Amino acid sequence: MVNETKAASRDTRVDLLGIELENPIIPASGTFGYGKEFSELYDINILGTFSFKGTTLEPRFGNPTPRIAETPNGMINAVGLQNPGVIAVRDKELPDMKKFFHKPVMANISGFSVEDYAKTVEILSGQDQIGWFEVNISCPNVHGGGMAFGTDPQMAKKVTEAVKKVADKPVIMKLSPNVTDIVAIARACEEGGADGISLTNTLLGMRIDLKTKKPVIANKMGGFSGSAIFPVALRMVYQVYEAVKIPIVGMGGVSSAKDAIEMMMAGATAVGVGAANLTDPWVSKKIVEELPEVMEKYGISSLKEIIGAAH
Amino acid sequence: MKEAIFEIRENKKIAKNTYEMVLAGDTTAIEKPGQFVNLKLEGFFLRRPISVCDYETGSAHRDGRGAAEQATAGSAAQGRLTLVYKAVGEGTEKMAALGAGTQLSVLTGLGNGYAQEKAGDAPVLIGGGAGIPPMYALCKALMASGGKKVQVILGFNTKDEIFYQEKFEALGAEVHVATADGSVGEKGFVTDVLAKLEYTYFYACGPLPMLRAIEKTAKSDGEYSFEERMGCGFGACMGCSMKMADGSYKRVCKEGPVFGREEIAW
Repeated sequence: MVNETKAASRDTRVDLLGIELENPIIPASGTFGYGKEFSELYDINILGTFSFKGTTLEPRFGNPTPRIAETPNGMINAVGLQNPGVIAVRDKELPDMKKFFHKPVMANISGFSVEDYAKTVEILSGQDQIGWFEVNISCPNVHGGGMAFGTDPQMAKKVTEAVKKVADKPVIMKLSPNVTDIVAIARACEEGGADGISLTNTLLGMRIDLKTKKPVIANKMGGFSGSAIFPVALRMVYQVYEAVKIPIVGMGGVSSAKDAIEMMMAGATAVGVGAANLTDPWVSKKIVEELPEVMEKYGISSLKEIIGAAH
Repeated sequence: MKEAIFEIRENKKIAKNTYEMVLAGDTTAIEKPGQFVNLKLEGFFLRRPISVCDYETGSAHRDGRGAAEQATAGSAAQGRLTLVYKAVGEGTEKMAALGAGTQLSVLTGLGNGYAQEKAGDAPVLIGGGAGIPPMYALCKALMASGGKKVQVILGFNTKDEIFYQEKFEALGAEVHVATADGSVGEKGFVTDVLAKLEYTYFYACGPLPMLRAIEKTAKSDGEYSFEERMGCGFGACMGCSMKMADGSYKRVCKEGPVFGREEIAW
């Protein structure tokens, strides 16, 4: 019982760009919808926040199926940013969300041109339910957009500047790991005025079906995620932490409280949980609940103190 | 949806590449035939979505073993779940090798299930190969509702693949078998049998070409259950979205897997 008392006194709070999170756990965009499915399973207000499904200016059906393939310790998806469009998100999803989520939510948005990004953020500005914009310049599953902006420092900077002009909330740029120099992209975003960085999105991957001799996924390639990518994501968070001054939301393969703490030691202020939500719908809740115990085990009294501790 | 630990009671081969797994656990989240469960297998990242072939809650066992369990517990945990699946990939091959006593994490009560109230007096249930299992629970429920002539068409490629014919007959259904090679029953496809029957409504599950052929043949309203590669099985990942006739999209795992004939964009 002594241990429980000690664990309960552990401070899991972090500050993410002026908003205090009860804990650093943030289900990642694309694995948590607009929160509804999970709110039916547990009270999602126990989370730090969550990042809602990548939203674009126009509604999108996304890619043809199959969109999913399995890998050792992970999966590949090529959903292709299926979403109802920003107007429906503002007028329907956000009001619906009010009924079950009472914290500031992270608004994940994506686009196909610099103007797209700016317009989408502009439409969502003035919504008091939104705490941050997470700007996805890293989706590997859409042609002529998404990742194209996250693989070129100049384009990344342009999108950041355009979004910053219209955003009424802090802007977090979500980076792609599919680059030769992640640090250059992160620095370009910081120069463009980004308030924070989140990384990583999925790694570009593929699987081939031995029977059909064809790619498993209709889009041929897709975004590789799951615990298999954790060391890669961790390494990139570590590198970016050394290069920029703005806070980082670290994600990629996190599936336990230990992973979350490791990600924070690499330099993350908050931690995204992605693919793990799909195989264990209660995993984010479990991570939140396990944090104090793991802190106790490793002698951590406050999570704030371990951000970047590995440097 | 509920997550529960189920214990394998029996896992045996019943036809070519086809296995029947009986599990004990909490089945209370399963609302109706046509729903599916999502199984976690050791060594695989994604769960395996498998349609429910049969299920019973703790107090509804009809065999001797069930009765014995009721005497000791009678709780929700003593529910019984039967899955019939084909070993076609690494995951299902691993499933086929699991022995009695193995415990599995199972998400239960997934998907919408069949609209039994639409059956009318003489429904026809059409299953092709791995699409047959969900028809068993449906057949059982329709027979139990009474006053119906339930007709079943089971389609296989060949004799070695046939399973559950006598189980459907034992429920009191009128069973027709079609094999592509003519080794048993009608030589041809389920649609060759369907064309000769009179029915009030149809329920169909099987490979997409079979569903398409039924769509051309069927004379009544009806519904189809679909399969798709899934990430989560509970509506979160949008991995299994399907475009519908009205231009909207639906998730096979959440709004489906059963869709009405009029909803589908062929």
